[in-house]
Amino acid sequence: MSAPALSTRRLDKSFGSLVVAKGVEIGLPAGERYALIGPNGAGKTTLINLMTGMLRPDAGQIFLGDDDITRLAPHERVKRGLVRTFQINTLFPRLNALEAVTLAVCERRGEGADWWRNLPSYRDAIAEAYMILASLHLGDDCERPTHELAYGQQRLLEIALALATRPRVLLLDEPAAGVPQEESGELFAAIANLSQEISVLFIEHDMNIVFRFASRILVMVSGAILVEGTPAEIAADQRVREVYLGSAHHG
Amino acid sequence: MAATSGAPARPHEFLGAQVRWHPLEIVFWLATLLPFVFFPSYLSLASQIAIAALFALSLDLILGYAGIVSLGHAAFFGMGAYTAGLVSKWGWGEPLSLLVISACAAGLVGYATSFVIAKFRHLTLIMLTLGIGLLLYEAANSASWLTGGADGLQGIAMWPLFNTFDYDLWGYTAYTYSLIVLFVIFVATRRLIHSPFGLSLRGIRENSVRMPAIGAPSESHIRTVYTMSAVMAGIAGALIAQTTSTVSLEALSFDRSADVLVMLILGGTGRLYGGLVGSIIYMVARDQFSGVNPQYWLFWIGLLLVLVVMFLPNGILGGLARLKLFARSKP
Amino acid sequence: MGPFVAVMFDGFAYGMLLFLISVGLSVTLGMMNFVNLAHGAFAMLGAYVTVTLMNSYGWTFLATLPFAFIVAGFASVAFEQTLFKPLYRASELDQVLLTIGLVFMAVAAVAYVFGTESQPIHIPDYLRGFFTIGGANFAVYRIFLVVVALAISVLLIAGLEYTRLGAQIRAAVDNQRMARGLGINVDRIFAYTFALGSGLAGLGGALAIEVVGLDHSFALVYLIVMLIIVSVGGLGSISGSFVAAIVIGISDTAGKYYFPYLGAFLIYLVMIAVLMWRPAGLFGRR
Repeated sequence: MSAPALSTRRLDKSFGSLVVAKGVEIGLPAGERYALIGPNGAGKTTLINLMTGMLRPDAGQIFLGDDDITRLAPHERVKRGLVRTFQINTLFPRLNALEAVTLAVCERRGEGADWWRNLPSYRDAIAEAYMILASLHLGDDCERPTHELAYGQQRLLEIALALATRPRVLLLDEPAAGVPQEESGELFAAIANLSQEISVLFIEHDMNIVFRFASRILVMVSGAILVEGTPAEIAADQRVREVYLGSAHHG
Repeated sequence: MAATSGAPARPHEFLGAQVRWHPLEIVFWLATLLPFVFFPSYLSLASQIAIAALFALSLDLILGYAGIVSLGHAAFFGMGAYTAGLVSKWGWGEPLSLLVISACAAGLVGYATSFVIAKFRHLTLIMLTLGIGLLLYEAANSASWLTGGADGLQGIAMWPLFNTFDYDLWGYTAYTYSLIVLFVIFVATRRLIHSPFGLSLRGIRENSVRMPAIGAPSESHIRTVYTMSAVMAGIAGALIAQTTSTVSLEALSFDRSADVLVMLILGGTGRLYGGLVGSIIYMVARDQFSGVNPQYWLFWIGLLLVLVVMFLPNGILGGLARLKLFARSKP
Repeated sequence: MGPFVAVMFDGFAYGMLLFLISVGLSVTLGMMNFVNLAHGAFAMLGAYVTVTLMNSYGWTFLATLPFAFIVAGFASVAFEQTLFKPLYRASELDQVLLTIGLVFMAVAAVAYVFGTESQPIHIPDYLRGFFTIGGANFAVYRIFLVVVALAISVLLIAGLEYTRLGAQIRAAVDNQRMARGLGINVDRIFAYTFALGSGLAGLGGALAIEVVGLDHSFALVYLIVMLIIVSVGGLGSISGSFVAAIVIGISDTAGKYYFPYLGAFLIYLVMIAVLMWRPAGLFGRR
């Protein structure tokens, strides 16, 4: 049995007396869609920050497949295929969508430091960027600066940027956060259309998304994994109900 | 999410259009030839403006495109000036090779400091650039056996350009020389801005957090552009040494760093021509007011900064761009 | 032995002066993240208040000090409410440019009104002279400086710890959003803090005349030292400013005494070294 696509071993992190991660151990098998849920402040985004290298753990290890990536710099992990999106739109305001995604494509292809040739001459990169945008229905608006896009479009651009890096493991941090009902259809479709070759871990409060897409759910409370199981098991679990009241009616 | 534009997008044409030379750009560069015809007595000033424009362009590269606020960029300008001056004093005064030597010297210092610069942001970064600039100034001040200290560098001996063109009193050689160097470097910079690397720099400026998240080696990019900027500033410094045959501590001073910042802000950052336009306006104004009490000048520069920040945050070019958008939106 | 102790003491006294001038900048930077390079102008304002009151109106030195504090404090709030407040969310560059512009204007205005020469004052006789202890000379004025600065430091720390306003200030520095959430009127707190910090700077400026002299470029020259102390000490930290001021004060004084060749060099090296080791300053967070 091969190693999971992404796994952590005894991950610890504290800020002074505030413990944000306590012995966290997760395993995401290849091609699966797992959901990470939990009340606010449970440490879910912190866990993503630890896994992507934005925070350094006090103890523990992170594995991408068989490789220990605990010491790797954030951009190195992206190169190995571990990519995340942000809960709050973290985009390039004055770049238009086409430029933003082309940037990601060029960086992936190692062309980010090419300073001698004009950008338009990189036809393949631009075509690929456009294709990604088109698949997310952003093709027609790709010439508009990011800050002019509708909020729902910006959430999709978040995903587009991640897809441009050709991830093997994708960490989605509340992809539907703040997206109004009318615009969430596109988002659902985007997540549904994610290639089966990508392993996905997503944080979500929207239980519609969680129950629709996740094959397994991890519940995180106060920096530790409380319980994990299939959606049916989690829905029936008493502890989860206690800790996470009312969330089943969310969204 | 309905499309707002009628026609389907054509990505290649769109990006291609941004790279082509705009007619106004051609007009601008043709206009730089006007001083030869209409202001022949001001060619020395024109030469100084061209050099200041090159210096401002170098700052725009890191400030306007990569978002690095530097209060000590004169360090590289002064480095270039002193290198050119000293090497000529020691016996080698051939202008073009001196440009290369000064560029290397400034570039080396830039490369060394870039390792520090690339790791920090915000106030820490600003303070480090300020500190490095001041350090270099004090070092040059103390090492008066080398630099001549407060008296300036003595014994500069520049050879004529191509062994034929001497620096005439009227400034023909100086302006031609400076203008050509400026143009060549400008074209190279323009190419850089429109390349994938230029896009990466803008990415760093727009959101430095997102860059590593898409796999971009931001620190490496910053080191590269910082070194390039230092090289350009060094060349500008060398030009000053060559065209005026004087090098003083002023070239390394905070005043010089502040001046170039003002010129760039005045014209508008991140627009390639901002530094050029700002330099022209600033230097011409300073020349016109040169008879006046220096305190007067300082006051108005201060007021200008306050007004620009409050009313014209993207400088003159930014203001013009907004005017154009406004005019276009009228039926 | 003698000169060493004297140099250390002089450096310490100088550091105390720098602390008074800089502490306000550190706290306001830590609280509002507003890069106020005009802070030096308020120090200069306090100094010129003292000069004017003494030389034109015949006031005694000690009597002018509270006024240096008050005038600087009030003037700063006027600027804060009108010019600075709209820029709290602006980029660092904009804040730097605006406040530097103000310093330029202040320096030029002062040169226009007072001229560019150094402004001497005559401190009262009881503050002149030396104590000689063990072969070392301790200037009375510097002892006075140290006493005043230490007294103010104690007041500051006590005020922060034991008063309600102090608690609110600490909360606002620590976490502005949370402080607002707790119902603290952060904008008003900030105005008070700003006034207090600038007032202290004005007082420090007045006290500095005797030690470093005063002319129209004071605001710009000492701005750099202030920034060094604030970056080295850490934003928003009073103890950080205290320690940094002492370190810088002693480095500068001892440096100039023992290694005159290095001149002002040393404090820049100290700053760069500290920032590289601890980017947020010795006592800074983030």
